[in-house]
Amino acid sequence: MGITVPQINFSIIAPELIISAFALVVLLLGVFFPRTGKNDYLGYVSLVGIVVAFLYTFPIMGKSQYAFNNMIVADGFGVFFKVIFLIIAFLTVLISIGYARRVDIDFGEYYALIMFATLGMMLMAAGTSLITIFLGLETMSIAIYVLAGLMRGDRKSIESALKYFLLGAFATGFLLYGMALIYGSTGTIILEEIAAYIKSKPELLRSPMIIMGIALLTIGFGFKVATVPFHMWTPDVYEGAPTSITAFMATGVKAAGFAGFIRVFFSALGAFQPDWIAIMWLLAVATMTVGNVVAIAQTNIKRMLAYSSIAHAGYILVAFVAGNELGTASILFYLLVYAFMNIGAFTVVILLGKRGEENVLISDYAGIGFKYPLLGASMTIFMLSMAGIPPLGGFMGKFYIFSAAVKAEYYWLAVIGVLNSAISVYYYLRVTVFMYFREPEREITGLTFSPASVVAVIISVWGVLYMGIFPSDILALAQRSITGLL
Amino acid sequence: MLYGYFAILVYILIALGFAGFVILASHVVGQRKSTATKLSPYECGMPTIGPTLRRLPIRYYIIAMLFLVFDIEIVFIYPWAVIYRSFKGFGFFILGEMLVFVGILIIAYIYVWRKGALEWE
Repeated sequence: MGITVPQINFSIIAPELIISAFALVVLLLGVFFPRTGKNDYLGYVSLVGIVVAFLYTFPIMGKSQYAFNNMIVADGFGVFFKVIFLIIAFLTVLISIGYARRVDIDFGEYYALIMFATLGMMLMAAGTSLITIFLGLETMSIAIYVLAGLMRGDRKSIESALKYFLLGAFATGFLLYGMALIYGSTGTIILEEIAAYIKSKPELLRSPMIIMGIALLTIGFGFKVATVPFHMWTPDVYEGAPTSITAFMATGVKAAGFAGFIRVFFSALGAFQPDWIAIMWLLAVATMTVGNVVAIAQTNIKRMLAYSSIAHAGYILVAFVAGNELGTASILFYLLVYAFMNIGAFTVVILLGKRGEENVLISDYAGIGFKYPLLGASMTIFMLSMAGIPPLGGFMGKFYIFSAAVKAEYYWLAVIGVLNSAISVYYYLRVTVFMYFREPEREITGLTFSPASVVAVIISVWGVLYMGIFPSDILALAQRSITGLL
Repeated sequence: MLYGYFAILVYILIALGFAGFVILASHVVGQRKSTATKLSPYECGMPTIGPTLRRLPIRYYIIAMLFLVFDIEIVFIYPWAVIYRSFKGFGFFILGEMLVFVGILIIAYIYVWRKGALEWE
């Protein structure tokens, strides 16, 4: 018996390989040279790894190559997402460098786990088989469970990790069950073969087994991207986790969830679009409305940003429902600009805290705008961008999403989306109002700004402004990226 | 559309019916001689001394977890060894793959060792 070696193409997963190698190196450096309280150098090593991995995404850009028996592809869609993940990981490590030391979690494991999570995200975006996507999701999730609970002395951090782990494991079960049902009815795990099989057997379109599988997949992915009614974990987990990890979860995990969601639903289950569009429509409306309305009542800025991240998942689902070329491209655009504005906002949250005093209440922001003018201005830019005020990136993202919905003739959905966007202006502007128009109740003094975090704020401001003023380059790139997917 | 599932429904009914019948029959027909030993939760084994719900040192969990991790890795090596010969001409490549796998395991081992997880004080 002879077994042929599967066609393997290592250059396609070069970014993943580099990230894993650097993660292992950082892990070992952390245990061999532990310099308690002075572990910043591990962050810089991680940054080098992320940059090298980023450079290796260039050779695989613009081509559509399969590897590992069609289990992995390097196509425009996957590479665009890989770039988003690497940017998110870069910014996360950058904001961690001062913060991790402040909350005593600057172990080698911390940076290594961020990179392992990034590896999982990249596999999710590049996977073209249900198994690869599932493995990527698990690699990412397990790393995030640990990261959320890394502040071992903090009850909220432990609560956050435990809640996320238990609910996440449950949701993973749904996802896996859905994949099993789809495999059971089509006999293959490769997404394109699933689509081809369904095409060859039209009677499958009414098969209860596949429809059940689609419903379970929706629950599994819906949990990861925090859509209502699978959002219950979000506020508690985001509030308790270390702030840098909250930023990572709100942007990276959400983007990875959508990468898997889009890939599975558009390349394998495109024939079922009429079936799942109705569910997605409801999910989008519920997610936007609940996220925005509940965010108004929050007094803790991390919880407010958690509900705002739920609302943003709703906007992205609007584009998902639209399902046309502009819709999918606008998802990519939106996730990128969302990464900049959300990480930027969380960086400001980090910068306003100090050891033993995190200042995460919105009332703590009173008077910040005059005391730290640049910080206040940056926060204002991020808040206005999330609210969708031109000429910032968030506005262009929403504009593309809603115009995609209008183009696909989902007028009501677009109207509800715009109304929701209007609601959201209230709570985003409230932060600004506190910063500039309220007298501080107590003095916040002795803040030390970590230079790395300041660099992260500058990059984020630049990203938000660039994508708001010159959106067409990035949108054109996103549109080129999704050719072949739909 | 659902006709294909009718057979499964019949099967479930037969399975449930048979299981119910057997339990009921043994309940009706069988004779019972209860003794104190028979009524105890576990018929065999040592009678317990003291409370059984005790706290265990967390080290047991760590050791159990590490054992599981490394044990499951071995499971991957077995099939590799079994089919190694059938990879004609790719021997070195397959060997290299396994070396990478074992190498990552060794890194994990070094990490665990340096972290002090193998110490029992």
